[in-house]
Amino acid sequence: MKQFPIRILIAKPGLDGHDRGAKVIARGLRDAGMEVIYTGLRQSPQMIAEAALQEDVNIVGLSILSGSHMTLVPAIRAEMDAMDLASVPLVLGGILPDEDQRALLDGGVSAVFGPGAGLGEIVSTIEQLCARPADQTT
Amino acid sequence: MRAASRSDNVNFEDIRAGDRRALSRFLTLVENSRDVVAEELAELSRRADDHQIIGVTGPPGSGKSTLIAALTKLYREVGRTVAIVAVDPSSPFTGGALLGDRIRLKALAGDKGVFIRSMASRGSLGGLAWRTQDVVRVLAAAGFNIVIVETVGAGQTEVDIAGLSPTTVVVQAPGAGDDVQANKAGLLEIADILVVNKSDLPGAERAKNALKAMLDLGHPTKAKAQDQPIWVPPIVLTSAIEERGINDLAECIASQFSYMQKHGLLVAFQEAQLRAEFMHRLRETLQRRLFDTFTAEEFAGIIRRMVQERIEPQRAVDQLLQNVEFRRRK
Repeated sequence: MKQFPIRILIAKPGLDGHDRGAKVIARGLRDAGMEVIYTGLRQSPQMIAEAALQEDVNIVGLSILSGSHMTLVPAIRAEMDAMDLASVPLVLGGILPDEDQRALLDGGVSAVFGPGAGLGEIVSTIEQLCARPADQTT
Repeated sequence: MRAASRSDNVNFEDIRAGDRRALSRFLTLVENSRDVVAEELAELSRRADDHQIIGVTGPPGSGKSTLIAALTKLYREVGRTVAIVAVDPSSPFTGGALLGDRIRLKALAGDKGVFIRSMASRGSLGGLAWRTQDVVRVLAAAGFNIVIVETVGAGQTEVDIAGLSPTTVVVQAPGAGDDVQANKAGLLEIADILVVNKSDLPGAERAKNALKAMLDLGHPTKAKAQDQPIWVPPIVLTSAIEERGINDLAECIASQFSYMQKHGLLVAFQEAQLRAEFMHRLRETLQRRLFDTFTAEEFAGIIRRMVQERIEPQRAVDQLLQNVEFRRRK
């Protein structure tokens, strides 16, 4: 049984003008054997959900540094759910206060990675979230 | 990860009716599986209405994605729907890939008349992925008027696109080399239309002249080899980022396509495509069946012996195959 690479969308929502973090993660996930679709900067919730739909990704990773996560992330989750993508997990990287993290984890975000999170931890969390059924066709 | 199996029910009516989720999931099945969707693909191919396939190739950074964005915008203005398949390379070491073509296609987001799918090449070396042909077929059957295929950044030999799209646009940027470079075999030979993009940069005219000199020396080897009427590739100067020259490019694409139709070349192209695909699938299937007859230990054993006993690779292959029976030619 051959496994196919995990397909992940890495997106930068909102008005951040800084995507070094997203690029480091995209590169790290590529080197971990994933197919990483990177959208670039300044994506609206609709654009991100639509890209996730068209690319049929297994998981979506967001990078947010702007502080607007409590507005943007629920909006992205809602857009994705409305497009029949409720089963696609959402993970988050950025600088978020603890209480916001808890609220987001309760509201449909599967994992949050703060400053200092190791790439190994991020990769293994993503792999677990995309845990693959055994009937993968070769 | 989602499984590529029949349990993911494919509803063609949904796909034909414009259900993007159904389309997207089916494309994953097509990309990941070899046999299971063969019948479904055949069914879809029969239903494909009139559509046009345009291949865009050229070196990394020559502006393929930006050019495709500008061209798509133009097609949308006249009401044509467009699907884009963008291929980027997979790592030969990890199998991972960074698919970044959507960045340049951002302006097309939110338009329901556009569908963009990124593909990793997954070990295919011809500039496309193994399943790009099938993905294009599905998008055409889904009802898109135009399907644009962007290859990986091409060097000189990634020419598979010429077998997939009846119209191949080869994009160059200024500063790509002298007229001897322009006369080398490979990528430039497959062009139906030559584009010098980034014409806002110095050297664009010079690049155009080098290409023109190349054509003057008797370019279309492809057509001559097949004894067909000769279409001489036009050379178009564009600046995708400033959206200049895009109208000219669209006109060249349209006239090349009607030339193909007028001379019956589309039919010939499709026949050649079927032949090539047959051979490709025959090789792939033979290889799989043959490999399936050996255990991993047999493989490991012969390779170990080859290394330790310094057996020539060809002799090792012969030894491995000596007990395999092939039907004799009648």
